[in-house]
Amino acid sequence: MIAEYLSLIIGAILVNNFVLSRILGICPFLGVSKKLSTALGMGGAVIFVMTLAGFVTALVHHYVLLPHGLMYLRTIVFILLIAGLVQIVEVLLQRFSPPLYSALGIFLPLITTNCAVLGAAIICADNHYSVIKSTVFCSASAVGFALALLLFASVREKLELARVPRCLEGPAIALLTAGILAMAFTGFSGLGG
Amino acid sequence: MTAVIILTLIGVLLGLAIALTVRYFGAPVDPLAEQVAELMPGANCGACGFAGCNDYVQALVSGKAKPGLCPSQSADALQKVCVLLGVASEGRAEKVAVVCCSGTDQYAIRRAFYNGVNDCHSAMLVAGGSKGCVYGCLGLGSCARACPFGAIEMRADHIAVVHPEICVGCGKCVTVCPRRIIKLVPKSAPVHVFCSSPEKAPVKRKVCSAACIGCRKCVKAAGENQMFINGFLASVNYENPPSADIVAVCPPKVLRTEAQPAASAASAAPAAPEAPAATTAP
Repeated sequence: MIAEYLSLIIGAILVNNFVLSRILGICPFLGVSKKLSTALGMGGAVIFVMTLAGFVTALVHHYVLLPHGLMYLRTIVFILLIAGLVQIVEVLLQRFSPPLYSALGIFLPLITTNCAVLGAAIICADNHYSVIKSTVFCSASAVGFALALLLFASVREKLELARVPRCLEGPAIALLTAGILAMAFTGFSGLGG
Repeated sequence: MTAVIILTLIGVLLGLAIALTVRYFGAPVDPLAEQVAELMPGANCGACGFAGCNDYVQALVSGKAKPGLCPSQSADALQKVCVLLGVASEGRAEKVAVVCCSGTDQYAIRRAFYNGVNDCHSAMLVAGGSKGCVYGCLGLGSCARACPFGAIEMRADHIAVVHPEICVGCGKCVTVCPRRIIKLVPKSAPVHVFCSSPEKAPVKRKVCSAACIGCRKCVKAAGENQMFINGFLASVNYENPPSADIVAVCPPKVLRTEAQPAASAASAAPAAPEAPAATTAP
């Protein structure tokens, strides 16, 4: 039982990292990774939203969609749920953490359409994970996302100081770095699940 | 049928949840900020130095900025903002942009025909544009496109004309103009020098018959310190501007109260030579 969850967590964080091996959630990965502090905030927000979304979508999937044979409604219902959740999170953040709210700016509403969140929910539904397993998988995936984001942000902060050939400045070098980081993560394949 | 019911139910429940969260946990909206925001022009032109009208309102309400930075706000609205914020209103000199050039097609010769992209910056890249005078308005309308208020008219005779009654003095055109011939001047100033060329008179006259020739007649006719000569170009001292009747003394009619009248009104002026004849111009 514990071994099963452990392999699930390691698999979600390292082996099948959402950004670097499944290539999901690239938009915030490139957009919010210029500064370590905002990357930290974004990572936190994603972990929060994904865990919540994983839990709620799994609940709806198991207790509403499956019993009524409405699997074909999966995508639209999940999008609806995630969008609603993000709205609530946004309101709460604005109230309780205005600096984080202004730091995340446009990216918080963008989590709504973040394919990583929807992707995690759909992967859970596809693999028939139970509610608990779904929640664990989603939060582990989000931790993986945050890890990739933080790694990338710290590399990019160093890149700011580095001498980059002019033709590679900006997004070009960022994409190259992301590719190299993804290659490094292939080293984890074979670990856990 | 179940699909419709379930989807509707989920939507309604989520809507309720969001409404309740906003109701009980929503960040309190500052009523003062809302009122101040209503008095802003909402053009988000950025002339105040903030990212947009909303940003400026936040800075105003938190006391980090002074009212009056917004050039496009009417004096009336500014007064109201000052009352709302409870600060003394400081008078603000309203400004307008002026395109300091008289070189319409009628007066300014063209040394070449420019056939490229319809943009002043592009024209500048091709040997500095088609007009003979390198200080003249290129007439391709980069400023008119940059104006958030539509105050600049591009006339068919290749000159930009600012309509002072629409212009709010945000200064966007000033930075956009590749020739830097648009100036922000006080709205109250009666006359302007519609020429920007600091060259000597013979050089200017070769390329434009409506250029300031530096004759100093205006300087003599005006009161002390109202006009001055800078190189070979007369300038208005906007701190202490001369009265409008001084325009009569200017031989090339460069000192005027408003922009060059359109071609039909001044048909008696000498016609500018066509491009082939102009190829000899420097």
